[in-house]
Amino acid sequence: MVELAPPHARHAVIPRWVARLRPWAVPALLLVVLEWYARTIASQSDAIAPPSAALLAFARAASDGSLATATAFTLRAAALGLVVGALLAVPLGLLLGLSRRAAASSFLTVELLRPIPSVALIPIAMLVFGFGLRMELAIVAFATFWPLLVLTQSAVRQLEPQLLEVAAALQLSPRKRTLSIVLPAIMPRLFVALRQGVAIALVVSVTVEIGANPNGMGYALMLSQQSLDPAGILAWLAWIGVLGFAINALALRLQRALARRMGESAP
Amino acid sequence: MKRLDAGEAAAAAGLLAAIVALWWLASHQQWVSKVFLPTPEAAWASLIDGLAGGDLGGFTLATVGRMLVGWLCASVLGIALGALIGSSAAARAWLLPTLEFIRPLPASALLPLAIALFGLSPVMVLAVVSFGAMWPVLLNTVHGFATVHPRLGEVARGLQIPPGAFAVKFGLPNALPDILAGMRLALTVALIVTVVGEMIASQAGLGHAILLAARSFRAADLFAGVLLLGLIGLVSNSLLAAAEHRLLRWQRP
Repeated sequence: MVELAPPHARHAVIPRWVARLRPWAVPALLLVVLEWYARTIASQSDAIAPPSAALLAFARAASDGSLATATAFTLRAAALGLVVGALLAVPLGLLLGLSRRAAASSFLTVELLRPIPSVALIPIAMLVFGFGLRMELAIVAFATFWPLLVLTQSAVRQLEPQLLEVAAALQLSPRKRTLSIVLPAIMPRLFVALRQGVAIALVVSVTVEIGANPNGMGYALMLSQQSLDPAGILAWLAWIGVLGFAINALALRLQRALARRMGESAP
Repeated sequence: MKRLDAGEAAAAAGLLAAIVALWWLASHQQWVSKVFLPTPEAAWASLIDGLAGGDLGGFTLATVGRMLVGWLCASVLGIALGALIGSSAAARAWLLPTLEFIRPLPASALLPLAIALFGLSPVMVLAVVSFGAMWPVLLNTVHGFATVHPRLGEVARGLQIPPGAFAVKFGLPNALPDILAGMRLALTVALIVTVVGEMIASQAGLGHAILLAARSFRAADLFAGVLLLGLIGLVSNSLLAAAEHRLLRWQRP
């Protein structure tokens, strides 16, 4: 009745190849069930397609170039938006982190503007920029700006006070103090913030394309729905999922590698 | 949370006033075209008119209702499923990689699939809001239940506490901080998906209203809608932060 073995001892019994394959079991099962369901019960459906048909649709999109075009558009908008958001947020976050007066006086404005949902700006960006890269970029920049601002500010706040004392003792100019003491010291935390920014940028760019902007992967997904092409919906959805997962995993690896190189244990 | 002294409070209010003044100046001096940027008083008038006699009040209620119902469904489902998966090491080993894989997928990317499945109905938007907002709650709950100290499990087995009671008495309190953090993120997701859903499914609500205002170049109405959406985000977030503060009081020394 009572198990005396500690919980971790039970895991050791499982052979390594089972452990290796285990993460794939559920997705494989789901794909098989979906394939069977779409071919038998839902064979007339406008919404459900077998995964094999989605794979064909994916191959078609890859060979006619629409896959590359849409993917490049979305990734470009996400990346440029993140860069713009970071270039605005990081200097401001440094300022708010270093100066208590600046933080206190901007506190109210930041707290009022930050909760505006990024998608609420889609119509404004449409009016100002029309459709295309710039409106999407602007919304991604807005969406990534706030978390980057807050995280940069808190990274500066959590600096060792001794570092700032050293800077004061050396009588460094504010510019020199920021560039050669503060910025290197917050680098590992800054990369964590940027990694989160990558995830937000991807989600927001696809969302803008689904909501309004007739470009990129989100629009390709909408187009598949409008042309009653369930295989296309499934193919684009899976591609967005795989790409998002791969980019996030890559960003995490990069961030950890950089943190290790800078002599910090990975947070 | 730190308290601001009087001077700092004045500075905070001053900066906000300066930004509104800059907005006023930019719109009156036509630095920015009136097509994009209404004057502050026009946006304010549009907000008051819309709330007093127009449709804005109804749209706000519709959006808030959709967001709240979706968020509640997401929280209930997320906590229940998360507790089930998190309590069992085997379930975690088999399911968690799949769940982690789906996590980065934008919730709004499910809208086209949901339209194909359910059509352009209110239920469709609600389903996507619930599903999208469920994810942070689900994964945080799994994490919270998985990190219950193993010794507590041994104690519970020794005392022959049934698994259901163990989940409620040991798992839930341990997972509460994670669950509440997940629910807070879920509320943000719910608002975003609600707005996008209203935009593309033409459901009555603020998302649809601001899109229509932009299409017909009614900048004042557009800004009034965006202000209301910001207000919804601000109020819901603050309420939840206050609730979190109260519910987790027992954890602080």
